[in-house]
Amino acid sequence: MSPLLDIEGLSIHAGGKALLSNVSFSILPGERLGLIGESGSGKSLTALAAIGLLADGLRPSGSILLDGKQVIGARDRDLVPLRGAVAAVVFQEPLTALDPLMKIGRQVGEAVRRRARRDGGATDATSVMSEVLDLLDQVALPQPQRIAESWPHEISGGQRQRAAIAMALACKPKLLIADEPTTALDVTTQAEILKLLGQLVRERNMALLFISHDLPVVAGAVDRVVVLRHGRIVEHGPVASVFRQPIHEYTQSLVAAARAFDNALEIAP
Amino acid sequence: MTDMDLVNAVSEGRPRRSWTFTIGAVIVGLHLLVGLSTLFWTPYDPSAMSGGRLEVPSFEHLAGTDRLGRDLFTLIMIGSRIALTVGIGAVIIGGLIGITIGLIAAFASKTLDDMLAAGLDILIAFPTLLLAMLIVASSEGASLGTAIIAIGIANSAIVARLTRILAKRVLAMDYITASRISGTTWLGVVIIHILPNIWPTLLVNLALQFGLAVIAEASLSYLGLGAPPPNASWGRLLQEAQGTVYSAPFGAIAPGIALVSLVIGINLLADGLRDIADPTRRRRS
Repeated sequence: MSPLLDIEGLSIHAGGKALLSNVSFSILPGERLGLIGESGSGKSLTALAAIGLLADGLRPSGSILLDGKQVIGARDRDLVPLRGAVAAVVFQEPLTALDPLMKIGRQVGEAVRRRARRDGGATDATSVMSEVLDLLDQVALPQPQRIAESWPHEISGGQRQRAAIAMALACKPKLLIADEPTTALDVTTQAEILKLLGQLVRERNMALLFISHDLPVVAGAVDRVVVLRHGRIVEHGPVASVFRQPIHEYTQSLVAAARAFDNALEIAP
Repeated sequence: MTDMDLVNAVSEGRPRRSWTFTIGAVIVGLHLLVGLSTLFWTPYDPSAMSGGRLEVPSFEHLAGTDRLGRDLFTLIMIGSRIALTVGIGAVIIGGLIGITIGLIAAFASKTLDDMLAAGLDILIAFPTLLLAMLIVASSEGASLGTAIIAIGIANSAIVARLTRILAKRVLAMDYITASRISGTTWLGVVIIHILPNIWPTLLVNLALQFGLAVIAEASLSYLGLGAPPPNASWGRLLQEAQGTVYSAPFGAIAPGIALVSLVIGINLLADGLRDIADPTRRRRS
């Protein structure tokens, strides 16, 4: 089985400074990979580079094969059909992930319509709307009809994030990139969103690139982890072994910190 | 209140029209109605002597007469049409040029963007009126058309700069990236996301430009660079009344009231439009 995303020796420079150096990993279809590290370690940058959406001043080098096609150096026109069909993204901040001037239904509908045009499906209003409602239902939004007719500012953060996930799902991607999808949410909502993501990925046999700085969150969501620090990979392996016996001292400190926090919670009355 | 209650409350309440919108619409509508009606009917022949010279307002002459004995109310009515023509024309020209350049700058590479931004700054540094005067002076004689084009070009710089900065702000949002990832082209991003999002602010600015264009037109024709006679522009009426302003002040006051009322009406209308165009500003009760 050829990998869905194959990153080989990826470095990103901005004005002579290396933001990411020599990062390599790959994701097989249906596989779940976690990318962890502190803020500024290059996690989100890696994700954006993978779909060819780096900002102008950032120069990537190395090789990124997305579904077998080279992303680095490719023209935007050639990447457009690749995005969506292969990869979709769920962002950290649910408030900015939705267009504030578009009702949820139309917003998800745009993604559905683009997918339908791509696959040659029906793009009439009725079939698009019924698929939108179906998607909203799949991400466990209550009263899909009502949500579809709401503006983004009228629903809660967790609901917005579910709507954003519905938009990503509408593309029917083979790879879902989740960039800290739960960071902006409270703990209860966070757990629900994680459960939902896990279930959707399993049901649809999607690959998952899960980006987070939160070890316990990652541990439950993925099979393998890549630990990034200062733009370099410091550790790479199955989630169980990395967390049980971390080799690199940075990972050890991360795990120790997470454990200390857990212990503190248990001791606390 | 739970989120769902909020959703219910909001979706059941219709968007309300603000009083500013209503008043503005009435004033602008009145000017539009009066301006259009002059195409078919005026109380008097605008170029005929219909009474004595410099008469005070009366039932026959609602705004009195000018120094040639022409009915001022008739001239002011025609002035409405000219002001609106120039305003609308200048806003369309300024808007088309400005929005296009602004969007190009927002999407362009850093070098092109910097060049466009510098060019716009230079253009903005010129007073609108001076720029319009230059354009009118360098064309073949003053006419309604040159006034529209001149004011439109002068306005486009400000529209372009605003469009550029608004579009850049929207471009930085995650939903643009998400939309790009799901395979939207740049043109699609502009039409689906950027224009609707910058439209409310842009609309208010365009209306402001409309008001400024009306004033600029009056200024140009006051200086003799606007629509030539027999077009009865408010600026020309003001200029003609200048010599007799102490003996017959109403000749200057009446066109002045017309000018101010139209500009205020446009601004009120714009303010109300913004509240309607932007769902997050709608009242929730």
